[in-house]
Amino acid sequence: MNKNIERLYNGIIKENPTFVLMLGMCPTLAVTSSAVNGVGMGLSTTVVLVMSNLLISAFRKVIPNGVRMPAYIVIVASLVTIVQFVMQAYTPALSEALGVYIPLIVVNCIILGRAESYASKNPVVPSIFDGLGMGLGFTIGLTLIGFIRQILGASLGITVFVMAPGAFLVLAFLVAGMNVVRDKMEKKGKPLAAPAGCLTGDCASCTQSALCTGKSQSAAKKAEE
Amino acid sequence: MKELLIIAIGSAIVNNVVLSQFLGICPFLGVSKKTETAAGMGGAVIFVITLASFVTGLIYKFILTPCDVQYLQTIVFILVIASLVQFVEMFLRKNMPPLYESLGVYLPLITTNCAVLGVALTNVTKGYGLLEGVVNGLATSVGFFLAIVIMAGIREKIEYNDVPKRFQGTAIVLITASLMSIAFMGFSGMI
Repeated sequence: MNKNIERLYNGIIKENPTFVLMLGMCPTLAVTSSAVNGVGMGLSTTVVLVMSNLLISAFRKVIPNGVRMPAYIVIVASLVTIVQFVMQAYTPALSEALGVYIPLIVVNCIILGRAESYASKNPVVPSIFDGLGMGLGFTIGLTLIGFIRQILGASLGITVFVMAPGAFLVLAFLVAGMNVVRDKMEKKGKPLAAPAGCLTGDCASCTQSALCTGKSQSAAKKAEE
Repeated sequence: MKELLIIAIGSAIVNNVVLSQFLGICPFLGVSKKTETAAGMGGAVIFVITLASFVTGLIYKFILTPCDVQYLQTIVFILVIASLVQFVEMFLRKNMPPLYESLGVYLPLITTNCAVLGVALTNVTKGYGLLEGVVNGLATSVGFFLAIVIMAGIREKIEYNDVPKRFQGTAIVLITASLMSIAFMGFSGMI
């Protein structure tokens, strides 16, 4: 298969950040009270992810290994600031609805995770497609969860689903459902990639703690395979 | 004084950082298996968030605003927080070994905590001054402490319960969080 198509498939289906890797759970819980918010958050993360993968991959031979994490963070934070201003100018309602969660894209595990595990080791074009695949996978995940919550909460009138407790509840059933899928795929001999984010209960596996400890962490290694 | 009290109660209980704003989910799920470790994590978070609110408030007021470069806030805050955590870790290890013993293991985990950056940015968005910002930071982190310690207490009990197989682990913790969040919604009439 063409390598770029393979990257897209990997991000959207095989290692879908929301359903399979279970990364970026803060925004997943926070902004999925409606499908539109899910799409908005997903797409703005996608833009940041594609651009950051592009830049980090382009500069991968220039950035010294010892300061790579701070360098990545500066790149990601600058991109997030740009996206924030563009959204304030052209989609003010969405920007209002997403609020502080837009600047918080900086601390989204997916972005630094992809930078560390893919973009820093691969050429520019595959890195762009890797970012695009992961971003679209994230967008699809957020949109679906937002859609379900909106149907249950706003359309069927079970209001709790569009409020904070509903977010935890929907995510709980999602995790349980994925456990079933995981078992089935395991029996078929096609095991899914292991979840790498916060939901495994292992904070240290989040790539960002590499920022403090200076060590590259298990999540990055897992996500790479 | 009254305004400070309203900020404090609002951030600690009514708009609880974990249960209604979904910040700091990572340590909330990851470090809540035992009450002692949860309290240790909570203590470290109180320390770091309060300090970070103060430092980022200072930087915003005396560097970013006079130079008219407020748009750099996200970039500056995340770098300041990351270096602050590392500096605190080194300082404690050198000068206060007993405190380092109890908080040290949690410190590296805290930069991963979006709550720290979240509080710093909220302080700016809401136009809080230095004192209000520090009170908001302290109250938010006390809210985190409350949530994680309660969660750890419940999880210690769940250990002995017969949870359905698919819900074991993270799923049951999320359902517990959902119920806690419903309970905390009861405070929303307070202010």
